[in-house]
Amino acid sequence: MLKLTNEVRRAICEAGERDYPDETCGFILGRLQDDDGGRVGDGVRAVANAREPEEAHHRFKIEPEDFLRAEREAARAGKDIVGIYHSHPDHPAAPSDYDLDHAWPVYSYVIVAVERGRARELASWRLEDDRSRFANEPVGTAGQAGEQAGEQAGET
Amino acid sequence: MAKVFIPTALRAFADGKAQVEVGGATAGEVVAALAELYPDIRRHIYDAEGKLRSYVNVFVGEEDIRNFGGLGAPVPPDGEVTLVPAIAGGVAGALRAAPRQTDGIVRSKAAGRKR
Ligand SMILES: [Zn+2]
Repeated sequence: MLKLTNEVRRAICEAGERDYPDETCGFILGRLQDDDGGRVGDGVRAVANAREPEEAHHRFKIEPEDFLRAEREAARAGKDIVGIYHSHPDHPAAPSDYDLDHAWPVYSYVIVAVERGRARELASWRLEDDRSRFANEPVGTAGQAGEQAGEQAGET
Repeated sequence: MAKVFIPTALRAFADGKAQVEVGGATAGEVVAALAELYPDIRRHIYDAEGKLRSYVNVFVGEEDIRNFGGLGAPVPPDGEVTLVPAIAGGVAGALRAAPRQTDGIVRSKAAGRKR
């Protein structure tokens, strides 16, 4: 399970709406280690989509320099890169073959479907070790510091 | 021996190690030696044809090998090689029946952002 704080969930949805009809993308920061049945995403770092404007409606790319920068920033905050979020403008929140071809293992791939400018479904996926497919990863809600962490079905 | 830094996403396939030492005089040889040492890494860095995947970036020291002859870039003895992820994805195919409106402004912006 991937537990996202409400702030992180909201930030991903807002980014998807802001960049519509283009794809938005960025990193989810938090605790990569699965403990207590889940990993936690409690921060985001938006990254400019490096794809050409004429491709950005159906493709996103994050350059290695941006990856290194995000990883260093996360480390300074005592966090890991937990996953990557991106949007599917007018398309379901399920990974495409293109996503599969380009995926890294281990990370959570969070996809938000943005329908006519409005964020709808949000889902998380993890690449199988043999690269054959993505497995759906349930998304729960992480409590803020000092707050009881609860589980909650993904809102739509 | 060169020191290879393994990205977080691949450490699970390398006994949890963040770095290992392998032989090799070029970036390509060093990466190949890593894949030989940890065969479970192979499918994540090479495609079915044995080519390095497009989103796997190799740095020798601080330099991206793309600027230094690609996989043939020399690695000094005791050199440091880092695998750095790029991230890519997107929805399937082209969704819009009609191409996006490309007036002069959009086109010049596109040219300016091309890398
Ligand atoms: Zn996608």
